[in-house]
Amino acid sequence: MSEIVFENVSHDFGAELVVDDVSLVLRERRVGIVGANGSGKSTLARMINGLVTPVSGRVVVDGLDVARQGREVRRRVGFVFTNADNQIVMPTVREDVAFTLRRHKLEKADAAARVDATLQRVGLTELADRPAHRLSGGQKQLLAIASVLVAEPSIVVADEPTTLLDARNARRVAEHFDALDQQLVVVSHQLELLESFERVIVMEAGRVVADGVPGAALDAYRALIG
Amino acid sequence: MIGVFHPGTSLVHRAPALLKLGVLAVIVTAVALLGSLVWLGAASVLVVVLFAVARVPFALAWRQVVPILWVLAFAVPVQVIFGGWEAAALMALRLVLAVALAALYTLTTPVSATLDAMQALLRPFRRWVDADRVGLALALAIRCVPLLAELVREVLEARKARGAEGSILALAVPVIVRALRTAEHLGEALIARGFDD
Repeated sequence: MSEIVFENVSHDFGAELVVDDVSLVLRERRVGIVGANGSGKSTLARMINGLVTPVSGRVVVDGLDVARQGREVRRRVGFVFTNADNQIVMPTVREDVAFTLRRHKLEKADAAARVDATLQRVGLTELADRPAHRLSGGQKQLLAIASVLVAEPSIVVADEPTTLLDARNARRVAEHFDALDQQLVVVSHQLELLESFERVIVMEAGRVVADGVPGAALDAYRALIG
Repeated sequence: MIGVFHPGTSLVHRAPALLKLGVLAVIVTAVALLGSLVWLGAASVLVVVLFAVARVPFALAWRQVVPILWVLAFAVPVQVIFGGWEAAALMALRLVLAVALAALYTLTTPVSATLDAMQALLRPFRRWVDADRVGLALALAIRCVPLLAELVREVLEARKARGAEGSILALAVPVIVRALRTAEHLGEALIARGFDD
């Protein structure tokens, strides 16, 4: 299993301190991060693959310093965004999944086989040649997940992946996450998604205020938000 | 190009994108130079045959040509007044054929094949032009059309809900702000997918 280390990490947006001296070691297979809006949880998640570079401290993924070896880290860490629309680049489903592999220097046949296998895995084979922008919200999120999985990352980070989805699609996405072999870090407001995780981290005003098994951590979060 | 690809295994589908682009350029140039209705009629038959070979359903082909008919509804009467019937017919046929041929290309060619063709074309100039980057820019431009159309539709609905139908400000400000935010998110997504240079 992979290892993500935050060493005294802080980050600010101008005068606003959004992550305040956080130190964590994540080795669990399923890690959830919860917190109110503005608590710093998304910023923390973005640091894992270098989308945000901390102003102090450092983040290390499998021994690689994210600030210095960002490209190598991003090959290992796949990122699923809240709004799948922002993640889709190519016009059709198959082309969008294949787009991720454009820089992997694979043989065309190998890339095509990997794309087909990934589409089958997330249940989008039937929609492979459909325009991506005409998919439903749930299907778009599955496409976003497929676009990440096709690169075979060792870690998947998802920032509120079910927030824009209805209950049925949210459940479908959660099931796909459950089936992943990779280490998974999910930022979410939907507490039921995290109940089966091994570890849940609660953030408040940029700091970790609770950290442990889901039962205790989620109770702490519920107490925090009243 | 925006999601009109019609999958298939016909000869036209299987032809290399670069070859199709070349043939498209030659035929459109020939159509523009042909000054006889008879020759343009022959070219029309050729285009119909190409659509048949590609096994594109008639309704789908028709949908690609319809938008140009709206333009012709205005342009043809003007041309008739100033140039006569024959000139108007030549212009209308040339435009319809050019649009139909371009549509045939997009219906039978995935965008990724077009990007590969573009990159192959630009490869001799790699000292001066980054073919990967040009391909990516083209893909993003194509992607942004439905994205922006959806964004404008949402803002128009919000403007209507607030009773500000006529306000340019209520349209322009949210569209610009959201377009910039979308661009930022798209940039983040590209970095996350390994396009970080």
